[in-house]
Amino acid sequence: MANKQIIKERRLQDDAWKVVTLVDGEAPFDVCLPVGPLLVPVSVWKAKKACLIHREYEHGTPLGIWLAPEDDLAGIAADIDDFTVIAVHFPKFADGRGYSTARLLRERHGYDGELRAFGDIGRDQIFFLNRVGFDAFVIGEGKSAEDALAAFDDFPESYQGDAVQPLPLFRRRVA
Amino acid sequence: MYRYDDYDHAIVQARVAQFRGQTERYLAGQLTDDEFRPLRLQNGLYIQRHGPMLRLAVPYGLISAAQLRRFADVARRYDRGFGHFTTRHNLQLNWVKLAEVPQILADLAQDELHAIQTSGNCIRNVTTDHFAGVAADEISDPRPWAEILRQWSSFHPEFAYLPRKFKVAISGATEDRAAIQVHDLGLQVVRDPNNSAEIGFKVYAGGGLGRTPLLGQVVREFLPWQHLLTYTEALVRVFNRYGRRDNAYKARIKILVKALGREEFAQQVEAEWAHLKDGPATLTTAEVERVTAQFAAPAYETLAEDDLCHLAHLREDKAFSRWVERNVQAHKVAGYAAVTLSLKKPGAAPGDASSEQMEAAADLAERYSFGEIRVSHEQNLILADVPQRELYTVWHRAKAAGLAAPTVGLIQDLIACPGGDFCSLANARSLPIAAAIQERFEDLDYQHDIGDLELNISGCMNSCGHHHLGAIGILGVDKNGEEWYQVTLGGRQGNDARIGEVIGRSFAAAEVPDAIERLITTYLAHRHADERFIDTFDRIGEEPFRNAAYPHPHQSRRVANG
Repeated sequence: MANKQIIKERRLQDDAWKVVTLVDGEAPFDVCLPVGPLLVPVSVWKAKKACLIHREYEHGTPLGIWLAPEDDLAGIAADIDDFTVIAVHFPKFADGRGYSTARLLRERHGYDGELRAFGDIGRDQIFFLNRVGFDAFVIGEGKSAEDALAAFDDFPESYQGDAVQPLPLFRRRVA
Repeated sequence: MYRYDDYDHAIVQARVAQFRGQTERYLAGQLTDDEFRPLRLQNGLYIQRHGPMLRLAVPYGLISAAQLRRFADVARRYDRGFGHFTTRHNLQLNWVKLAEVPQILADLAQDELHAIQTSGNCIRNVTTDHFAGVAADEISDPRPWAEILRQWSSFHPEFAYLPRKFKVAISGATEDRAAIQVHDLGLQVVRDPNNSAEIGFKVYAGGGLGRTPLLGQVVREFLPWQHLLTYTEALVRVFNRYGRRDNAYKARIKILVKALGREEFAQQVEAEWAHLKDGPATLTTAEVERVTAQFAAPAYETLAEDDLCHLAHLREDKAFSRWVERNVQAHKVAGYAAVTLSLKKPGAAPGDASSEQMEAAADLAERYSFGEIRVSHEQNLILADVPQRELYTVWHRAKAAGLAAPTVGLIQDLIACPGGDFCSLANARSLPIAAAIQERFEDLDYQHDIGDLELNISGCMNSCGHHHLGAIGILGVDKNGEEWYQVTLGGRQGNDARIGEVIGRSFAAAEVPDAIERLITTYLAHRHADERFIDTFDRIGEEPFRNAAYPHPHQSRRVANG
């Protein structure tokens, strides 16, 4: 796992973050936290917040969280600045809720740390994911990360404002 | 009409290149069917009964003569020399080859045409009134607003994977000719109640046909125009986050609006909008003026209210005057008229046009109507700005091209989806039913005697033929592998939009023309002078019609879901 690669700053980089998931029936406070930087689900963050903050304080282990499509931001809004990485899960690429989640994190809550997309995503999602504010991408299994790198430049221009370029084209258009 | 600048061209060209790459990766086995499906759908490409079907966009129904010629050329070069105009202003090609689609899109892009977001779970082509810009009852030309929405919705990064498709319709007139109440989002231009110099929109949400037909609910009485995009973004975001994703049949925004209730839904949109209001997407006067200038009225001549030659032709040529009566509409500029070129006739699918017909319509537009054509949601073509003095010539030329059936608004002008002959979703065929009805009522005198009648046919619950909105609606249903047809009565579009009601058990295909004729006979027997079918229906109610449709009473019991 430590050698897995993700796309960041438009290139492939090694990545050490581990995703913690609950197995069926496992209670959030029961989960065993491995060493190293972790992306924990919201329920684990809430149950083990003190422990996670302690790890950061004592060992310098950065904090991370991952959000499911249905997760509401209200419950973690006050903690957002604590996270070095916020990851958003795409269980199916056709589930577009994570795109709204990203914009809300960036544009409403002012989150400026790493925003990572992971799950069922690949080259054909990168361009829009990047526009809504993701800056790190864990390409789905069986898909080519090298191929996905080409997608950042699929379109030279966009009509709407977004998390990267807040001004819509009509405010930038030069006749 | 709106002409692309370098930005628009660059964006469409980038889409052509992107889709070429996606198609190549699919054909090379690098994309699975499941991965490719939403990508091709967002380019209007379906895999259908006979192979791929490609749906090309006609944004808000407006197209230039050059663009229509391009359609004709593409249909001839890559298909079988004809296309099908749909109820949402688009053109469908039924016989294209997947590997050729990237080249088709490249050809189309040369004339500012594309297939962007004509399908898929995204924001679709914005539709509007086919008399936009020439209607006398217009508060504001809806086309600039539709173009602004087109740009905002094209490649919107947040809304490419919505729970389900999202359709927007906009009307700028006091009489709604865009069926805005049966759209996911319906926008009605209105004047500011506090300052009649300012305009804005009355906003309807949650309308739609399909399995659960519902009329849109008013979620905002007045939205100042400056906030069109921020408010719409808030509304679609609420849908994207909270619309159901567990069941495709319950995923449209209408189900969310119904579940939350109008007030709660509207309140959630307002809460979201509070964060976006007055942000960068707030429209500027400069942008609205930039777009509006492209829809400026053409250089009309100053003409007399009535052209004397035209009046003489009207007196002397009965066939011509009949065509004028049905196919020519009044224009707000003296001496001009709007002409409907009919794409309806027995033996041809409603909305079908051959490449030659498209070219003939393009020629007529170029010569007599400032080079522009509209596609109506009744599946006809419209020349919106024809001088009265040219009507007689236009009629002759349209007749030669098979575009002059004098039946607009009559029973032969029925609306039908492609149905089971082409569409893989259909439960039953629509076209043979349409043809059988058109043949039964082929006699022009009979049709004109019956008068205004909206008859709509859909081949399945997806309701592409808008059967719920027909005074007479026909829905194809499947019963143990056989095609049956359910009849609804009393539907209508417009300001007083209403969903038709099922009258009883379904009919076998062969029974349909007789049943329809019995309904018509009932109307003719009961009508008061000049009363339309729908008016008689409203006055006397469903019962006489139901009794006539089912001469044997035991057959008329209602059957759940037909």
